[in-house]
Amino acid sequence: MVALDDVTFSLQGGQTLAIFGPNGAGKTTLLKVLAGLIRPDAGRATVAGGRGAIGWIGHQSHLYGHLTVRENLLFWAALYRVPAASRAHRAAEVMQRLGIAQHAERPVWVLSRGLAQRTAIARALIHEPRVLLLDEPFTGLDLAAAAEFRALLSQLRGAGRVVVLATHNVGEGAELATDVAFQRRGRFVYLAPRGGRAPAEIADAYRRALGDAGE
Amino acid sequence: MSDWLSQAWTVARKDLLLEFRTRTAIVSALVFTALVLTVFNFGRDPTAVPTIDLAPTILWVTFTFAAMLTMNRAFQLELENDALEGLLASPLSRTSLYWGKLLANLVFVALVEAVGLPLFVLFFNVPVAAVLLPLVGVIALATLGFVAVGTLFGALVIRTRFAELLLVVILLPFLIPPLAGAVQVTAGLLGGRPLSESAGWLRLLAAYDIAFVTLATLLFPFTVDE
Repeated sequence: MVALDDVTFSLQGGQTLAIFGPNGAGKTTLLKVLAGLIRPDAGRATVAGGRGAIGWIGHQSHLYGHLTVRENLLFWAALYRVPAASRAHRAAEVMQRLGIAQHAERPVWVLSRGLAQRTAIARALIHEPRVLLLDEPFTGLDLAAAAEFRALLSQLRGAGRVVVLATHNVGEGAELATDVAFQRRGRFVYLAPRGGRAPAEIADAYRRALGDAGE
Repeated sequence: MSDWLSQAWTVARKDLLLEFRTRTAIVSALVFTALVLTVFNFGRDPTAVPTIDLAPTILWVTFTFAAMLTMNRAFQLELENDALEGLLASPLSRTSLYWGKLLANLVFVALVEAVGLPLFVLFFNVPVAAVLLPLVGVIALATLGFVAVGTLFGALVIRTRFAELLLVVILLPFLIPPLAGAVQVTAGLLGGRPLSESAGWLRLLAAYDIAFVTLATLLFPFTVDE
């Protein structure tokens, strides 16, 4: 089975590519290839700066339940080679930004799903990555937290970062995107700049594109 | 400290912190050690075979199975929230990940052995005082080899069903050389024979350590990468 086929794109700082597609379209596989988690059989994927430049949010939080929020962040900061002298400050900053500072000393396993997801986002931002790869990042966030996260992503894009966001829900993330791709059975059936279109228009284009492709 | 070793230590420190907070594997291994030694103590006829002849085998069988309990845990804790995927997506090198797990496993197994050895002396009344230093050296030499292999196989089986059973099945054949060497050297030491008599076995243990630490370091990336 071919999970990805004929997918070609490049992104510069400040661009946000939103990839929409049904379950099984290959969105996660594409992000994993970009993150270096899967080696493609053919072709290549290059991220400037390599793994250290990537902030990765997968389907799971990648957090250790019996470590506190702060301990988790300090551990990941060390792995991402944040200088030892600035780790504590950096952890405090992302916790503040994600609204989880008051939970810093709580073990992750006692957190609600929404708080755990915020901590997972804080984990991905701890090293100030230049590239963010987000796989269904809104899962588990309530409406307010999702709105805050969208605002945060807008800020990050404004700071010149590249964001690649994959979701099956066109309603989420469309307003953040500078570029939009629709993926089906491993292929991009649509890839274009968003060009100021509203999320509803993107949703219409999505239905048409996947309808044309036989969905 | 070089970068890869510093990263390995970061992983090991995290594993130690998690284990000392949950005490899942270490308590199981310690209880297992005490129970096995108790069973061997009462489940044998001391008049049939002299204790000194049986003791080295009992010691190493106990250490081996207790070590397996702790080694199973090393990668299991990375399955929670798929932390392993996060590790593999990070700039952490596969070598550092392996060595981090190896260091943590060595600490856990050493702890189990540090508790198990006095219990063994207590139960079997074997004279270890005069040979304590070389005995600890032999334990360290054999432990390094089988923990190196066990850490590699622990990663190999972790995403399979029945990982705990599978680890025992595939690991045990690889443990025969260090186990045989460790039993022979221990028997020599407890029997009051000079260490030089066991030089061949000691060389085997050292060669096994060098070969399998090197091989496991080289092969580890293939066990975790998709």
